[in-house]
Amino acid sequence: MSTPFYVSPQQAMADRAEYARKGIARGRSLVVLQYADGIVFVGENPSRALHKFSEIYDRIGFAAAGKYNEYENLRIGGVRYADLRGYTYDRDDVTARGLANVYAQTLGTIFSSAGEKPYEVELVVAEVGTEPEGDQIYRLPHDGSIVDEHGSVAVGGNAEQISSFLDQRHRDGMSLAEALKLAVQALSRDTNGSERDIPAERLEVAVLDRTRPQQRKFKRIVGRQLSRLLEADDAAVTKTDEPSDEAPEE
Amino acid sequence: MEANPRSTGRLPAAFLTPGSSSFMDFLSAHSPDLLPGNRKLPEGIVEAPHGTTIVAATFPGGVVLAGDRRATMGNMIAQRDIEKVFPADEYSAVGIAGTAGLAVEMVKLFQLELEHFEKVEGATLSLEGKANRLSTMIRGNLGMAMQGLAVVPLFAGWDEGREKGRIFSYDVTGGRSEEHGFAATGSGSIFARGSMKKLYRDDLTEQQATTLVVQALYDAADDDSATGGPDLARRIFPIVTVITDEGFRRLTEAESSELARSITERRLEQPDGPRAALL
Repeated sequence: MSTPFYVSPQQAMADRAEYARKGIARGRSLVVLQYADGIVFVGENPSRALHKFSEIYDRIGFAAAGKYNEYENLRIGGVRYADLRGYTYDRDDVTARGLANVYAQTLGTIFSSAGEKPYEVELVVAEVGTEPEGDQIYRLPHDGSIVDEHGSVAVGGNAEQISSFLDQRHRDGMSLAEALKLAVQALSRDTNGSERDIPAERLEVAVLDRTRPQQRKFKRIVGRQLSRLLEADDAAVTKTDEPSDEAPEE
Repeated sequence: MEANPRSTGRLPAAFLTPGSSSFMDFLSAHSPDLLPGNRKLPEGIVEAPHGTTIVAATFPGGVVLAGDRRATMGNMIAQRDIEKVFPADEYSAVGIAGTAGLAVEMVKLFQLELEHFEKVEGATLSLEGKANRLSTMIRGNLGMAMQGLAVVPLFAGWDEGREKGRIFSYDVTGGRSEEHGFAATGSGSIFARGSMKKLYRDDLTEQQATTLVVQALYDAADDDSATGGPDLARRIFPIVTVITDEGFRRLTEAESSELARSITERRLEQPDGPRAALL
């Protein structure tokens, strides 16, 4: 009979965290940004059908990096939680804070239970308010902690570098095109600092738009609308440049 | 060793079980007491407010669904301004005659069922699929229907595959049948159907179709005491909804009041409404 090795709890937890982090880092990063009319989700995703972002409820969106089957499971759990809550109470009683709490409890229990493999996922739960001040963004790392984020957040492989890039450049009240352009810039920076081009077809973009007349504020931005936004931004930038160039000549 | 999953605040297993995209399936697994059909019923007949007449008609390019505003309890008017026509999702609507309280609950669950499927699957149900889900819900209500709490809806929507508006009617057992042209349900439906039979043509414009359904409701209210006509004094007008390829739209109060007013004005000259040709 072999004697089991003694592993200190600290070491066991560190190993599990390392395992989860590595799994998450294999996935591509995604970013969530506040803009003037809401919250925009941007990520690189070659698949048209397997989404990283989705609608949870009227004002609540979900983004996830990491292992697909695990975050898909959590996403459906979240939709069920939100729909059940809205059905038993009222649609207004479904909040991102409540959902983030349930996710944190779920991830935390799985992370610290020795019998289960820790989930290799990092989630973002965002809720758009009626005013920009009411916007909420929560980041949920693999271990069940919650981070209340403001302005911009990045999760996934290259998250730290992208976050610091975004922190320096993101400001309140950006237009959707500006925020989208900033997000794409941030995502196209590689770990070694070089930049690559992400074509529009490989981008997955969704918004929680507070100006939408419908009750459900979540909307995917695809196809022509996406390329128009990406181009419109270039046009807007040159437009703002033009008058300053031409003004002295007049 | 297994800790109670509920005590940790973690999502219970039913939430994370993959498979079903149906909210009702989830409810019956997780909290069956919340499903309307699963409640234990007391003996005897229960008296509760009843909603009355719902009418629908198709036109090239869409379908209209409208309902009067009255709820009755016996010979009393229980509510003058009840709403019985609801959007089910962006491309369909449901109007319900029968026990008002149950009907509203059923519509709420039906809307949620469609929304839930859409969110989980990332795609909308086909119109037939939606109609079948409603069928299942009504079948679940049969026990209550036997005690006088029947709910009989009319379901209308835009079929994106076939590019036309379609109407489905139901009976208390959940039996579903597609109606061509026009349909009505509720206590005033006999009169409404008679009215539409004479007025309906298959080349109506959207505006003519909305006029047709309000005429039918007027005729229903004319002969059925449980159906409410346009109430000009209290500014209560029928709810008229239109579903086209652009989605669901409910006529604004100004539009429906204008419609009801013009019909009422014509009826001052011709109380029985427009005349159809004799031969």
